[in-house]
Amino acid sequence: MPFSQADLAAIGLTLRLAGTTMVLLLVLCTPLAWWLAHTSSRWRGPVSAVVALPLVLPPTVIGFYLLVTLGPSGPLGQFMQWLGLPTLPFTFWGLVVGSLIYSLPFAVQPLQHAFEAIGQRPLEAAATLGAGPIDRFFTVALPLARPGFITAAILSFAHTVGEFGVVLMLGGNIPGVTRVVSVQIYDHVEALEYAHAHWLAGGMVLFSFAVLLGLSLASRRSGTLVQ
Amino acid sequence: MFHHRASIVRSFVAVALAVTTVHAAQAGRVSVAVAANFTAPMQKIAAAFEADTGHQAELSFGATGKFYAQITHGAPFQVLLSADDTTAARLEKEGKAVARTRFTYAIGTLVLWSAQPGYVDAQGAVLRTGDFKHLAIANPKLAPYGAAAAQVMDKLGVAGAVQPRLVQGENIAQTFQFVSTGNAQLGFVALSQVTADGKIRAGSAWQVPASLHDPIRQEAVLLSPGKDSAAAAALLTYLRSGKAQAILQSYGYSF
Repeated sequence: MPFSQADLAAIGLTLRLAGTTMVLLLVLCTPLAWWLAHTSSRWRGPVSAVVALPLVLPPTVIGFYLLVTLGPSGPLGQFMQWLGLPTLPFTFWGLVVGSLIYSLPFAVQPLQHAFEAIGQRPLEAAATLGAGPIDRFFTVALPLARPGFITAAILSFAHTVGEFGVVLMLGGNIPGVTRVVSVQIYDHVEALEYAHAHWLAGGMVLFSFAVLLGLSLASRRSGTLVQ
Repeated sequence: MFHHRASIVRSFVAVALAVTTVHAAQAGRVSVAVAANFTAPMQKIAAAFEADTGHQAELSFGATGKFYAQITHGAPFQVLLSADDTTAARLEKEGKAVARTRFTYAIGTLVLWSAQPGYVDAQGAVLRTGDFKHLAIANPKLAPYGAAAAQVMDKLGVAGAVQPRLVQGENIAQTFQFVSTGNAQLGFVALSQVTADGKIRAGSAWQVPASLHDPIRQEAVLLSPGKDSAAAAALLTYLRSGKAQAILQSYGYSF
């Protein structure tokens, strides 16, 4: 058996984290991407920049600031305590919050591009046929933006699976709670258990390749659909 | 005229060559891999070393296990100051370190520490009675301070009760970070991380008696890339000098 019990727990946890993050990101980013695609507000530039920040910031910076602000003496941590809730570092939901930030641009940008590509004309046509704004969004924009949703879902899921620095800073390496695959690999390497490391690391390479291959195939197929 | 100028150039080149050769012989660089727990004292020792010998020490800080992996894969470190007493021996056996250059440069002291004043009592009873949510230790599989912490909790009979509340840092530096940010109410860290001039800098601490765990012997060794380096040899000698040992002691290490 190439995978130990701990490895399997890490794989399960990673999939749960990536799945949760993906669903939440799609829900949260759809209105944000819609706004970015259509607004002419002067806040568009700054907001786009903030959304793109996780692309360029080292994960250790994100992890460190999250550890400080979510901790019991940080502003968000104090707010949580005021609400009577536990603080987030060292918990699964703490990792979810970290992953939402870490993978944010991977969900927002494909959606935004998809909405922009649709343009105003189909929406205006629907409006002249008497469709209200909500109706227009769900029956016209959403189906047309489907390739964007597929890309956003796959990228945010895969990017969360590959997350390491933020989890390391925020997680505390608790088995079954915060010890994800990338941390498990790191532990194996540090402990010189290279055989175990190879199984997990090789699995990661195959998984990532399959995801990107699937993405490329999916985008080609939906591209022809749209045409 | 031309001949004259050429000879001037020649003599310049000769002087320049002579200067650089002399310089290289007298003052060299040594690249040192330093265990994370030894960061603060080593910065001080390196400054004193540079002032006293003219050699320069380039320090890299990290986990001993990571350094081991890097060194076995050709990292150009010349000296290793490890956090344990097994890594240096293993490198020696594998021919990555120079034989018979290994020695214990410091014996570490473990401390149970909280950033909160008055939280940790002088006997460490807080381990039994505390209402803490998280206790941070370094990963016992990877870090000698973590292994020592696990031994202490075993000996005190609190390991089972504390287990669900443990969070692990990858090394002792990250463990310290968990505690200093208040995310873990307390944790086992290196005394060197929380003292300055022989006093606890902030918060509250229990210095764990050495009888509760195996000694944390930290070994230094000359690595193969440093075999012919005068600066590397000088640094290893300097680590045993009175001046270096005084710095060590001020950070709570013995030797």
